[in-house]
Amino acid sequence: MANIKTNENKTKAQSMGLHSEVLTGKTQQKFFNPDEAENFYYWGTYDVDFNKRIDLDVNDLDCKEANKKIDELMSQGYGTIVIKNPQGKHSLGVGVLNKLNLIFEGSLGYFGVGSIDGPTVRINGRVGWSCAENMMAGKVVIEKNAGSCFGAAVRGGDLICKGSVGARTGIDQKGGTIIVGGDAGAFTGFMMQRGRIIILGNVGINLGDSMYDGTIYVGGKIGSFGSDAIESPMTKSDVDWIKRKLKVAEIGEDFNISNMTKVVAGKKLWNYDALEPTEKKGAI
Amino acid sequence: MPKKKNKKSSKKTVKGQLGKKKETAREKMIGQTIGYRYDVNLLPDYSRITPFLKKYIEAMGWDDLNWLEDVHMGYEEDRPAVFDRNANGWVTIPKKIKLPNNQQDRDMIARELLVKFQMSPNHPLVDLKKAYRKF
Repeated sequence: MANIKTNENKTKAQSMGLHSEVLTGKTQQKFFNPDEAENFYYWGTYDVDFNKRIDLDVNDLDCKEANKKIDELMSQGYGTIVIKNPQGKHSLGVGVLNKLNLIFEGSLGYFGVGSIDGPTVRINGRVGWSCAENMMAGKVVIEKNAGSCFGAAVRGGDLICKGSVGARTGIDQKGGTIIVGGDAGAFTGFMMQRGRIIILGNVGINLGDSMYDGTIYVGGKIGSFGSDAIESPMTKSDVDWIKRKLKVAEIGEDFNISNMTKVVAGKKLWNYDALEPTEKKGAI
Repeated sequence: MPKKKNKKSSKKTVKGQLGKKKETAREKMIGQTIGYRYDVNLLPDYSRITPFLKKYIEAMGWDDLNWLEDVHMGYEEDRPAVFDRNANGWVTIPKKIKLPNNQQDRDMIARELLVKFQMSPNHPLVDLKKAYRKF
């Protein structure tokens, strides 16, 4: 009986013995120095010139060799690198943390340009599964179609496919913008947490299934809404922003934005207990 | 006859509890409670962009704010702060910086400060990079 009395002030998790210490989150006592020097690039990245251009034929290179070569060229100051004969190889152009113009003259395989932070990439072909997975910043433009899991777990930047994309586009998206000129498959925006998806064509079934947050704009027909995905009214701010983004994406110049459907999370899946404000520190 | 002053609201607000705190104007407009420390879906107002951010966009060769569209001014320990995804923590704004009332303007300041912080040789990731970078 005594235990019941002492448990009254505890949360369910604490009563079960799951928390013996005070949760302090991941707070860091870091402060900005407003007098910090003006600098636009990460420490340790290369100073490249967009006007310094070079072609790189990767016909006889495997992905590791090709990526190493891209890094070498950046270290020599090349700001525009044109990759010839990518031939659908997997994992090309990954992990570029520099400002750079990277152009692929052909198609990429799986996991192309993943985990990039900064470059502007143009792919004059198609891409396989999980293109630009974990992208942090930059702009990626794909001229043709893309496979499944397009932009999986994207955290920032603009990812654009002028053609159509497969299923689970923007799965686990955590930020940034995904723009699709054509159609998108089933489970688009599955479990997305934030960020924005713009689909000018039709989408398949279960749109935005289990989404926690973020916004999906659809120009065509919707197969069906997923669990907890609901329609929301378009605002002037939405229309202005989409107009601006489509200009950046070089598509949909004459598209009627005001007729688009806006989809957001119903937030019925938001089940947080009293510990939530503490646990959420540093975990957005 | 002097006009009577409006009576002050006697409603008490509860801090830190979802659904019980006083709603912001944005929350009233969208009809939903914002559970984060800022509205993650707030779209940036480009008319408020600062000269520093314009220069940053130009230097990177982008057309807009790019990844910074997702950066907003939040709070930590009751002080204004911005979340640094690279360090995975909140970075507090110095007291001497006065913040405007408009969230869009505050967001632009948050973006500017975050870029300066992340690109600084004093950023915590610099030590990690020195220790662990492979090439």
